[in-house]
Amino acid sequence: MLTVILVKLITCVIVFAISLGVAAYATLWERKFSALLQDRVGPDRAGPKGLLQPLADGGKMFFKEEIIPNVSNKFLFILGPSLFMITALMTGTVIPWGKDFTTANGTTYSFQITDINIGVLYLLGVVSIGVYGIMIGGWASNNKYALLGAIRSSSQMISYEIAMGISVIALVITAGGTLSLREIVGQQDAGWANIVYQPLGFLIFFVCALAETNRAPFDLPECEAELVGGYHTEYSSMKLGLFLFAEYINMFISSAVMSAFYFGGYNFPFAQELYHAMGLQDGSIWISIIGFGAFFTKIVIFICVFMWIRWTLPRFRYDQLMNLGWKILLPLSLLNLAITVGVEFLRGNLHF
Amino acid sequence: MKLTNRSKVVSNKEQSFTERLYLPGIIKGMAITGSHLFKRRATVKYPDELRPIAAVYRGQHVLKRDENGAERCTACGLCAVACPAEAITMESAERKKGEEGLYREEKYAKTYEINMLRCIFCGLCEEACPKEAIFLTDRIVDTEYEREDFVYGKDKLVEKVDKRIDVSKRQTLEVAEFKKIPGLKHNEVWKGNKLK
Amino acid sequence: MLGYTITQWIFGILSFLAIMFALMVVFSRNPINSVLYLVLTFFCVAGHYLLMNAQFLAVVHIVVYSGAIMVLFLFVIMLMNLNENTEPQRTWLTKIIAGVAGGLLLVVLVGSLKGAEQLQLASYGASQIGLVKNLGKVLFSEFLFPFEIVSVLLLAALVGAIMIGKKEIK
Repeated sequence: MLTVILVKLITCVIVFAISLGVAAYATLWERKFSALLQDRVGPDRAGPKGLLQPLADGGKMFFKEEIIPNVSNKFLFILGPSLFMITALMTGTVIPWGKDFTTANGTTYSFQITDINIGVLYLLGVVSIGVYGIMIGGWASNNKYALLGAIRSSSQMISYEIAMGISVIALVITAGGTLSLREIVGQQDAGWANIVYQPLGFLIFFVCALAETNRAPFDLPECEAELVGGYHTEYSSMKLGLFLFAEYINMFISSAVMSAFYFGGYNFPFAQELYHAMGLQDGSIWISIIGFGAFFTKIVIFICVFMWIRWTLPRFRYDQLMNLGWKILLPLSLLNLAITVGVEFLRGNLHF
Repeated sequence: MKLTNRSKVVSNKEQSFTERLYLPGIIKGMAITGSHLFKRRATVKYPDELRPIAAVYRGQHVLKRDENGAERCTACGLCAVACPAEAITMESAERKKGEEGLYREEKYAKTYEINMLRCIFCGLCEEACPKEAIFLTDRIVDTEYEREDFVYGKDKLVEKVDKRIDVSKRQTLEVAEFKKIPGLKHNEVWKGNKLK
Repeated sequence: MLGYTITQWIFGILSFLAIMFALMVVFSRNPINSVLYLVLTFFCVAGHYLLMNAQFLAVVHIVVYSGAIMVLFLFVIMLMNLNENTEPQRTWLTKIIAGVAGGLLLVVLVGSLKGAEQLQLASYGASQIGLVKNLGKVLFSEFLFPFEIVSVLLLAALVGAIMIGKKEIK
């Protein structure tokens, strides 16, 4: 019992550390990548090739003066960013990062903190809670800009959650009716990745993921042209850091979810042949590690695409955002669901 | 008048289906930004790398000394007259006995000031100077906190005796030839107390 | 521990928290705090669902109530900028009416709880009913008609809301 708890604890720490590390370097890569797209060099002063820039940024955040507005609700003001960060980190718990492996003495360990059989629903639930951090923070700032940012953010998240949920339902039907992420990924092991069956669903999910993570072109909640800084206008020091950081963690996790849902997670083409050629037995730790590498590569590619989009597309206007969410994505996702159900029924995969 | 073929007439026509899909447009835009990934970086990392500058770059002025270390400027005021920005002022004084090593001519500039905020670095002072005294160099004027500090006096303008500034690049072939003509007085070199 | 199982302990703690937060909803003067306490109450109720092995209900409860409906509540309260100072003074009449209404609700609740003892609860695989698969099967076979009726009700509510929200009807 104790060892089980210890192992879980270590997995938790590793997953959190990886999430935070990736988020830290995503901030650097964002600046570097935007520079590359704009024919600039980007940060290259801190450490070799600017690799210590995240540390410098973090250090700066810690040493900045902390300002809490005099009239704001102090408890809620601090609760906001913490809640946003907690929910961002919580989503990482159900993602299967790699295949299970078995040690010499026969114990099996998994590259996943926990596999709950309603993992997909859990993800949606945590994402829907995430909006509270922004809302509470924006309201407690006692600032009109922050409040408008918070309200925009919440209405945007609620609107896009619906299309996202429906596209996920279509995915779940394709994946054989399981809500466990491990099974969804495992089911893509032998056959094709889900993107082949769900191209439209993936597109909808991707657009919704952009909106849910408040990334451009859906970054209206922190739209600096209109709202100063949006919901984090009044925040300073590390509390601002938490808000900015959580956005990158969200980006990392949603990239992970997309590659798990639609691109086979830790599977990759000709994986079995490769393992066979390397002479690896089933349950070897090396299979898990190579699978994790493949998964991570997909995540990095997704993060790059996120950034690429951010530095290409202009921001939506608010009515365009709502039109896209309710009048285009929602009907499209319903259509996708209907087509999926029809096709799966004809293939004989559905039983009533 | 039509200058290029790139101008487009703005119209409010209904978007076609592919335009309303936006996806082709988005992919096109991303291809454009993506292609910039492989373009040459435009940045020059300034303190580490310097941009190549022309030999005749017009930067901060210098008041030259002659071979013996005497100031060439005779405070004739032609530079101040030539200056379109009226950045140059000077006060003249007569050379005392025993100062021959310091000042080349019998009259010299007691003070000589250039306001670097007014200066437009056109080089007309250089052209006007009959004594080969003032030159523009490839040095860049330093930044300062106060406006007064941009008024450069003789302390900053006259070149140091032990740290001569090479302005040979500023002199075109014609100037160099001109300087070799022996009959012209300012081309002659002081030796001791006499012109040779 | 003290003669109780872990499940019973969790049940006790969750119940205590749920009731405490529910009371805080009523007693806190700031509407924003009320809404946030209500969200916490919903979390406790979701915990109860989990204890009954009704995972689907628990998560949907969080997604729908905490994640969507309460956000809209919060939204409206923030937009109206309600706080302690703007709370209107209630007259004695409203207080009496509110008291009577609350008392009636209590009577109804007590009555229904009394009645629940006699109710014959249909058993669908006992504790497995809350799992997504079983719940879906039951909803779309045995309780299909009430399920669809509820959706029609929601549709009617939606249309009604739009009709009220529309400024002018041509």
